[in-house]
Amino acid sequence: MPDQSVTPVLEVTSLRKEFGDLVAVNDVSFRVAEAGSMAIVGESGSGKTTIARMIVGLERPTGGSIAACGRDRSRPARSAADRRRRGREVQIVFQDPYTSLDPRQSAEAAIDEILRLHHGWAADRRRARVAELTELVGLDERQAKALPRALSGGQRQRVAIARALAAEPRILILDESVAALDVSIQAQVLNLLADIRDSTGVSFILISHDLAVVRQLAEEVVVLYRGQVVERGPTPRVLDDPQEEYTKRLRASVPRPGWKPARRARAGPEATAQKESGT
Amino acid sequence: MTGPLLEVDGLTVRLDVRGAKRAVLRDVALTVHAGEALGLVGESGSGKSMTARAIDRLLPRGAEVDGTVSFDGRDVNALAGADLRRYRNQIAMIFQDPRAHVNPVRRIGDYMTEALRTNLGVSGSEASRRASDALTQVGIDSPTRRLRQYPHELSGGMLQRVMIAAALLTEPRLLLADEPTTALDVTTQAEVMAILDDLRHEFGLAMVFITHDLELAAAICDRTAVMYAGQIVEIRESARLHDDPLHPYTAALAAARPDIEATADRLVAIPGRPLSAFEAPADECGFAPRCGYARDECRAGLPEITELDGGLSRCVRAHELRGELGAPANA
Repeated sequence: MPDQSVTPVLEVTSLRKEFGDLVAVNDVSFRVAEAGSMAIVGESGSGKTTIARMIVGLERPTGGSIAACGRDRSRPARSAADRRRRGREVQIVFQDPYTSLDPRQSAEAAIDEILRLHHGWAADRRRARVAELTELVGLDERQAKALPRALSGGQRQRVAIARALAAEPRILILDESVAALDVSIQAQVLNLLADIRDSTGVSFILISHDLAVVRQLAEEVVVLYRGQVVERGPTPRVLDDPQEEYTKRLRASVPRPGWKPARRARAGPEATAQKESGT
Repeated sequence: MTGPLLEVDGLTVRLDVRGAKRAVLRDVALTVHAGEALGLVGESGSGKSMTARAIDRLLPRGAEVDGTVSFDGRDVNALAGADLRRYRNQIAMIFQDPRAHVNPVRRIGDYMTEALRTNLGVSGSEASRRASDALTQVGIDSPTRRLRQYPHELSGGMLQRVMIAAALLTEPRLLLADEPTTALDVTTQAEVMAILDDLRHEFGLAMVFITHDLELAAAICDRTAVMYAGQIVEIRESARLHDDPLHPYTAALAAARPDIEATADRLVAIPGRPLSAFEAPADECGFAPRCGYARDECRAGLPEITELDGGLSRCVRAHELRGELGAPANA
């Protein structure tokens, strides 16, 4: 458990988001410790991506507050400088490396752009930092100069990670960032992310539906169901000894050696959903 | 009938890749018996979907095909016209993204009954009755209401169940399921897998189940074939695949996946990236550059697939490595 007496790097309090009549996120609170790693787990419609988008500033909360590095960010930035400062606090890596990069920009150029914007360094210093970052994420020289279309999915995701790190954020949000990768590549990227956290002290917020990935990368987990937190705690405890019905079902649905999928009662999804919301 | 229902032998498929004919499948051989489920597991570019398309005769125009696909003893590649249609009625396909395979402006009922009405000459009311029964079988309630709805009114999981129900209506003998649960939530996936498994047993259906997930294939398939770079590298009883694999790639794939029951210090990643079939060398083991067990002999020629312990492995060192591959591949 993170030490609650230490100021958290991110604090989310009573967060709420409505889209018309739909309450996508309902009274969600959590804190992430400096250099900590927390996962937000849930299925489609659970609100996990909406939370990520609110933290980054892509959605405006209907209620509640978000504070990163002690500064509120639940209202839109007032100036370009304020927006850039927020960019140095929180960065995000999206799921699909095929649509998140500019197709006309090489990896080097994409990283350099961020360095110029956020740090205003001279060309020499930027060049050195680009080399460090591409090295850190394991891109070779040819790949660093290549356009995204010449790179594989795993390589593109490394570019996206390097680009996010270029802003030297305190918090990196990984929104299903390894979900689209082949298993053999996914393992490489998960190892890389663990190394990056060790060497930079950046905090991770992992948005994922994949419990095995969560176990590998996150110390704490928050389980969301229909916009609400149903269970939270240290990842090993929640996965090995889930307390809530929904967490138990989620855990039991993961294929593993010897797993047999069980069919639930022959009822429509509406009926089962109602049963769940009562828990 | 004692022979296999489906037999693929020496299947090599070449397609136009940047102006040249390149192999996307290389010497694929597999058999599926009536009522049996075979898993087909591999990463992107391994050729698993292409194998399914070759079986259903859905290869892209200009494909060059060597080798044979036979169904019930008949050469599938020689079928034409009414024979081909009849063959396809015996094979049902389910895809990853149900929304991409259903006409969004037609009602569920029209979609489900089309094959029955046009190919099998079943009357409209009888077809609707059967469609409604099929929806009940996949656990969808108020089926008559569903038949009047449009695809956008259904969730992804429910639409995939509709696809399964529709696939079963023509009473096929073989189900080709291409990543049918990949786009679904895990709890929905478990439900859809259980339904597939139930119905398959109920109707004695054979199945080829394509996925990138070893454990998922193992859960409902009798045997699992693992593909790499357009070739089958291992076929083994699913129950033994995880603990006692016969090919280093299978072992590496299982080890690379994070474990839900324990946090690893480091994952045992496979270096490099998966090769597509058309990039793979023609005269050596395609996995050798990424393989912790590779020796000079692995680069001396393209390995043959050979029998071992009741399975098949395309590794020249398979005998030597017997029993060693179940442990994490840190060699």
